[in-house]
Order: sequence, then C-alpha cells, then structure tokens
Amino acid sequence: MSDLNGLFEQKIQVINLGLPAFYKDLQHQEIPVVQVDWNPPARGNKKLQSLLGKLKK
Amino acid sequence: MATAYKIQKDTYHDSVTLMLIANDLKQLDRIEEAMVGMGTDYNLDSLKRLKINLPELNKLTPSDLIIAVKGETEDVAEQAVEMAENKLTEQTQISSNQGDYAPPTQRGAASILPGANLVLISIPGEYAADEADKALEANRHVMLFSDNVSLEEELRLKNKAVERELLMMGPDCGTSIINGVPLAFANAIRRGPIGLVAASGTGLQECSSLIHQLGGGISQAIGVGGRDLSEKIAGKMTIQAAQALGKDPQTELITLISKPPDEAVLDRLFKELKKLDKPVVIYFIGADPELIEKNGFTAATDLEDAAIKSCQKAGIGKLTPLIAQKTLEEYARKAGPIKGYLRGLYSGGTLCDEAQRILIKDLQPIFSNTPVEGCQQLEDPYLSQAHTIIDLGEDEFTRGRAHPMIDPTLRKERLIQEMSDPEVGLILLDLVLGYGAHPDMASELQEAIIEGRKQLPKPPAVAVSICGTEEDPQDYQQQRKILEKSDVYVFPSHVSMVKFTQLCLNED
Repeated sequence: MSDLNGLFEQKIQVINLGLPAFYKDLQHQEIPVVQVDWNPPARGNKKLQSLLGKLKK
Repeated sequence: MATAYKIQKDTYHDSVTLMLIANDLKQLDRIEEAMVGMGTDYNLDSLKRLKINLPELNKLTPSDLIIAVKGETEDVAEQAVEMAENKLTEQTQISSNQGDYAPPTQRGAASILPGANLVLISIPGEYAADEADKALEANRHVMLFSDNVSLEEELRLKNKAVERELLMMGPDCGTSIINGVPLAFANAIRRGPIGLVAASGTGLQECSSLIHQLGGGISQAIGVGGRDLSEKIAGKMTIQAAQALGKDPQTELITLISKPPDEAVLDRLFKELKKLDKPVVIYFIGADPELIEKNGFTAATDLEDAAIKSCQKAGIGKLTPLIAQKTLEEYARKAGPIKGYLRGLYSGGTLCDEAQRILIKDLQPIFSNTPVEGCQQLEDPYLSQAHTIIDLGEDEFTRGRAHPMIDPTLRKERLIQEMSDPEVGLILLDLVLGYGAHPDMASELQEAIIEGRKQLPKPPAVAVSICGTEEDPQDYQQQRKILEKSDVYVFPSHVSMVKFTQLCLNED
C-alpha cells in the first residue's frame, strides 16, 4: 500500500506552470514556489511539434 | 470607429490573464470591442467575428500575442492598447519575482528549487499531458488543473503515477489541499483528522468549508479529477489517495465525494476501502445510500450531511446543520410562496448538480445545460426556459473567457437578463470564496442585483449560498454583509439554500 513516497511528512514545494495567480497565492502564503516562463513548444507550430515528438521517441 | 493593435511576436501569456485584461478594456468609455489573446485559430476567428481587420493576420502563430481594440477615435483605441501593454508588463514582473530569472522549463525550475515535490499545471490542455509526464518522470507529484486532456492520456499518466507511488491529481482538478497548502481553487481550512478524497472540485470546496465551519478540520483534501471513477480510469487515483490516507497517522477517517462511480469500478473501490482500518463516509451525488450502508460505510445524503457525518465520526464539532430547519421555515414564511419560475445561475458544477437532484422532486420540468437524471437538456444555454438551473463554468460559457469564479461578467449579464423576466420568481446563486477566486465577488453580484431590480416593478427574489471560511483571503463576513444589505437571502451552505427553496415552493 502506497504512502506516496512519504509526501504527507514533507514540506510542500511547488513548480507552477501556467496561471500566475496560483503562483502568487502560494508565494503570499510563503510556500516555496517557482514560476516557469512556459511557452508552447515549437512556437505553437503543430507540424513542427509533431516532428519534435517523433524525434523524442 | 477606429482600430488600434499591437502584435508581440513570440510572447506567451496565459489565456486567463489575457481575457481579464480584454474585459477591463471593454469596460472603458468609448471602447466598442477589445481582443487580447494569443494568435490561435479561435482568437483569429474572434477577430473576424468582431470585424477587427489586421493586415498581418495570416502571418500570426499561436505564440504571438495580439492586442486589438476598436474605439471611437484612434487616440482612444491606442490608449487602450497601451493600457493592456502596461498591465501585461506588471504581470510579467510578478511572475519574475524569484530573482530576475524565470526558467523556461521544469528542469530549470528544479535547479532553483531542488526540493520541489509537486508540479501545478494549468497550461492549455493540448500541452499539459507532456508536462505532467515530465513531472512524474522526475518523481514529482502532479496537480493537473488543465482540462481538454484525453481519457487515454489520463490513463497513461495515472498508471505511471501508481507505478511510482505519486499523486496524479486531475486532469481538470480544480481543488486540493496537501499538508495544509491550498492548491488552485481551495479554501483556508483548519487542520484535523478528516481525510478527503473527491472527484469534484466545488464538492471538495463546499464539504471542506463546512467541516471547518462545524468546528472540524482536515488532514488532506485530495482532488482526483472528475473522470477518475469512470470505467476506463477505474478509480486509480481515488484508491491510491485513500490508501495513503489509510496509512497516514494524522488521518482518523476518510470521506469520499464523487458522482456515482461506474458499476464495475464500485466493486473494486468498495473492496479496497474495506481493507482500510478506518471509518469511511461516502457521498456519491444522487446515488442510493443503502448501497453504501450495506457495504459497511457511512452514507451522506448531501454535501453538508457529508461534513456533519465526518465531524461526528471524528468526534468533533457540532452535529446539526448550520441553519436549523425551524429557522429555514421562518425564512420561507417571510419570503412567502414563490410565484414564477426558478433560475439557478451557478459557478460551481457540483452545486448545480446538487440543486437539480434535490429540487427535481418538487419542480418539474427543470432544464439545464448539464441535466442530471430526470432534468431536461436546455435547448439554448443562453436562454432559460421554465425552471432552469445552469452551470456557467461549462465549456459553452468559458470558451474565450475566464471561469465565472474569476470573471463575473457573464453571470452578471445573465442575472440582469433573468431579473428582467416577469415570469421569474426566485434566482439562486453560489458565491465561492478562497484562493484562486475573485477578490470581491459579492460586490460584483450586488452591482448586477441593483441593476436587475430596476428592470421590473416587482423583481424576483435572490438567494445566495456562500462557500468558504473566515480564514479565506476574502473577508467572509464582509462578503456576507454586502449581500444581506442588498436584500438577498444568504445561506452558509448550499443545501440550506436549496431546502429554503423547497419550503418556499411548498408554501404555495
């Protein structure tokens, strides 16, 4: 039976990808958090993304 | 009429931020239309629909930012564009508050915060599964707020999470509280012995807030995403979360909230829950309580009942509803019988479901954009018919605009529309407080109620249920007072508002 790698005993530290409001809420509560400056891969170009996906495999 | 615009190549911003800025621009004097968004097909179509012609339209990609405004004069439109740019700069500064560097990848973020154990993801759904996968590969727990992730991808991610003994909360998971830390849309809840697992965001918010108000507290509140108990996903995360709570010394009992699971999943779930050496309280929204009780668990009949029974099992808190039946009867007598139709305008999906399930016994027919069993599909979600209860957080309302818990615009418009209908007798609203939610929704609703009351000589009554606690970032009491001052019936739980509605109907 899983104990989730001891998650409930740990201090929560967050990487936030997306809405800055979630980052701000956590920061406000003094929870360690880093905002990722996320951008769509391949500038949102679907064709290029699919090629990149194939390369990764 | 003049158009002004600005294109910023390769500058990504999230859609919620952009939509809220566009809304601010539309409120400005002498501005007719505004579009602030990335160059996605949907946004390019919106520009065409709004008849805003940009010369470079064909060259734009989804990673280009567009600010386009139609105003009375060129000056006015240009000023609005400038205002949007300034707001975005402010936003970026906030994002980069971690020194002067915001890393572009999870790996970069982990080098700044090597102890990171959870990744919160709210990027567009089409990219979200890849990022969740990266997080799991790096042995980090995931809360996936994004929707539009396929069932196949959800299954793949949850299988990986089970294998690695990680939490994979979501997709479409709006609420969790882990080790006392509220994630995304969550309330400030006292810590205590009740462990919650829910496949319902607003259900989790309402139940945890009520536990707090009843004097209880929670060890964890784990959201698993609305599809976790479907046949395909088979309750993988519900079981993983319940097992972890079973082992957790801080958790004395487990409370489970979900729509009724798929039948095949139910057997497996019950089997696993029976192995836990802790009491289990279950609220399967609209399901037969007998099925739960005969398997040795405690069945709850609504979200407030789930909170009461959880507190009772934990030996804490008061054991009666927050508003006694007698008081509700008094309110109903004061309000008098409802003449006319009922209209429910919800921001929380589970609350919308709960209202339909309870009221369908007394009111028929009820129409909805998300009808539960016995209710009927609303033909046009923008147009109510007879008794109508709608979820304004559904896709048809949130395409191109932020969720109604953040952006009140659409609900305010709809509220005024309903208050202008002489056939309407009572309007039900929910007000969800907490992290992630609008800072002052009560004032926004009040503004629309005042405007709505001007529409008819005898306007319909309005009732609001507040979901939240005194510890939430918004001032709970102040929010309540704003509504009470507006002659609105205010309730501390959703179920009490629905019971009040039933009593008003029976007064007839």
